Amino acid sequence: MRRADFLRATALNLLALPALWLSASSTAQAQTEVQFYYPVAVGGPIAKTIDGFAEGFMKANPGIKVTPIYAGTYQETIVKALTAHKSGTPPVTSVLLSTDMFTLIDEDAIVPFDGFVKTAEDKAWFNGFYKAFMLNSQSGGKTWGIPFQRSTVVMYWNKELFKEAGLDANKPPTTWAELKDVATKLTKKDASGKVTQYGVQIPSSGFPYWLFQTLTTTNGAILANDAGSQVKFDDPAVIQALQYWVDLGKAGVHPPGVVEWGTTPKDFFEKKAAIIYTTTGNLTNIRKNAGFDFGVAMIPGNKQKGSPTGGGNFYIFKKSTPAQQEAAFKFIQWITQPERAAQWSIDTGYVAVSPAAYETATLKKYGSEFPPALVARDQLPVSVAEFSTHDNQRVTKALNDGLQAALTGAKPADQAMKDAQREAERLLRGFK
Amino acid sequence: MTHAASSAGGSSLRAVHAWLMLLPALALLALFTHWPIVSTVVDSLHSTPKGARAVVWVGLENYESMAADPVFWKAVRNNLWFASATIPLSIGLALLMALWVNERIAGRAFLRMAYFTPTVLPMIAVANIWLFFYTPQYGLLEQVTGALGLPSHNWLGNPATALGAVTLVAIWKEAGFFMIFYLAALQSLNPSLREAAAIEGASRWYFFRRVQWPLLMPTTLFVLVNAFINAFRMVDHLFVLTRGGPDNASTLLLYHLYEVGFGFWDTAYAAAITVVLVAVLAGVALLQFFVFDRKVHYR
Repeated sequence: MRRADFLRATALNLLALPALWLSASSTAQAQTEVQFYYPVAVGGPIAKTIDGFAEGFMKANPGIKVTPIYAGTYQETIVKALTAHKSGTPPVTSVLLSTDMFTLIDEDAIVPFDGFVKTAEDKAWFNGFYKAFMLNSQSGGKTWGIPFQRSTVVMYWNKELFKEAGLDANKPPTTWAELKDVATKLTKKDASGKVTQYGVQIPSSGFPYWLFQTLTTTNGAILANDAGSQVKFDDPAVIQALQYWVDLGKAGVHPPGVVEWGTTPKDFFEKKAAIIYTTTGNLTNIRKNAGFDFGVAMIPGNKQKGSPTGGGNFYIFKKSTPAQQEAAFKFIQWITQPERAAQWSIDTGYVAVSPAAYETATLKKYGSEFPPALVARDQLPVSVAEFSTHDNQRVTKALNDGLQAALTGAKPADQAMKDAQREAERLLRGFK
Repeated sequence: MTHAASSAGGSSLRAVHAWLMLLPALALLALFTHWPIVSTVVDSLHSTPKGARAVVWVGLENYESMAADPVFWKAVRNNLWFASATIPLSIGLALLMALWVNERIAGRAFLRMAYFTPTVLPMIAVANIWLFFYTPQYGLLEQVTGALGLPSHNWLGNPATALGAVTLVAIWKEAGFFMIFYLAALQSLNPSLREAAAIEGASRWYFFRRVQWPLLMPTTLFVLVNAFINAFRMVDHLFVLTRGGPDNASTLLLYHLYEVGFGFWDTAYAAAITVVLVAVLAGVALLQFFVFDRKVHYR
């Protein structure tokens, strides 16, 4: 009896099995899985926001399963994504630095977005981003990245210290000459002649080239061509920009040597620096931690106004199925819609990627309550691409080494830039 | 005849049995140690695959460009400096701390724990703390030097002091770890030796020099091997403190290797640097084990 039961049960199972398989495979077919790597580069509950976006998207698109995977810093994320690409199983999409574009193209790792843009609605969305952000996302007539968590460098100033120094607290410097002048007035020394408060601080550790672009851009110089195959480090305007930075240090109104990026906001809170240059991504951090009234302004200009953009783009990887790529495209299109871009900007401090996002009720309200959030947007029309070339990190290192050599006094500015130019030309000779 | 044959069969069966027992460990060792070394050597003789461009044999070209790379030589010089400072200082400090916390003093457990704490903490986390120790103007170090009336100094942002600053973090991190080995060795020494020395009227220094130090030699060798390897392996704090800067003033070999491999994606050149690093480390380890190991045991 028992045995018969057992046999019957087994038989039933065997009969049921193919049916189960069928239903399993049919759901697998219906559900396209999209693995999505993302880095976290600023404070705040980023992972929670991203998971929320993924869930919202899946609710609207039941056929697609988006799996967000936190992959560390930007550098760790590209290491993971490219290693996975080389082993044949990359994520379908990933947020990586906009400056990684040439590296990803050279590795034959990504596909351009142009092929996915079909309907009129797609085209409107595709052309709706700020031009400044697209500069880093296009090459050779194709669009390789979609702007997502983008930032730019702005100037923060301490209004209290301005008042103490007898300056108009609501009038930040707008030119190089004014900046140097104001910085001199804001520099304080104790009885022994030791500086207790610097007028201005521009960080130079890790990625000095990015901060340096605030000086070269305003001096009318562009460091690299659009094709990423030529650089102009030895342009007189570039050398002059570096000389200005070095001279701020020599004049004693800017800290000497290489200034740490990571401690710069803290230096600002501690009133050791009255004016700092840093990313818009620090806005939420500074708003929370500055125990004084502060302002945010555009970078002071010389020949013109300007600042580099920065941050991350969405890329779609080549070694995934066409269905997965289509699904990823849908997700990217969904997550960069104005309402979501507005929410993302408020949650993180990143710049919203399209003018339409600033027209949403949410961001309009936020902007009227907290006007500094709009400075980055107003600076975008004069913003330029973050420096990026083929063999990007190596060429960038040549520039960084030269900048640090000049800032620490190891080399004069023109010598440092000429050496960097020679090294960069050697590295780029294969890409002409 | 039949007896001999059967015993030979038995021993070969035992050999097969032994090899089978060893197989899992051997397979893991071959898969994760020997095969990677061989494939690294092979990769270092080829070009870096980039997108559609296939890998080609380039012979010693990667080694030639390494010899011509000024950053590589800077990293070698820095690393030798780093090693020659961290190895003796961390071992000396470890020995001193171990001798001290081996005594019967109040709060001994607390002291031991305090010394061991740096080892437990993750390097990236402590580097973030040290970053604020070294911060100009209001950092901990500046507050001390400022109170003494010394001028302000940008420790990490000056090429003259950046390497020294990252070396100090490494010593602080390592000394506590090595202390544990010395402490264990000291505790295992026979207490009658100390009593005998006390009866003979030997001074503390004499007792250390003639009894403890010779008996600690095997531990010292072990610690030395570890310190040497760590001097080439410990670069985590560079990512937070200086990123090899300013202008490569504090870059170390493994950091440069990481940059070349995962920043520049020049994997073939990175393989060539790896081969050099492995050869140097293996050479030193072999020297220590086969030459010094015979001399360290107290007879």
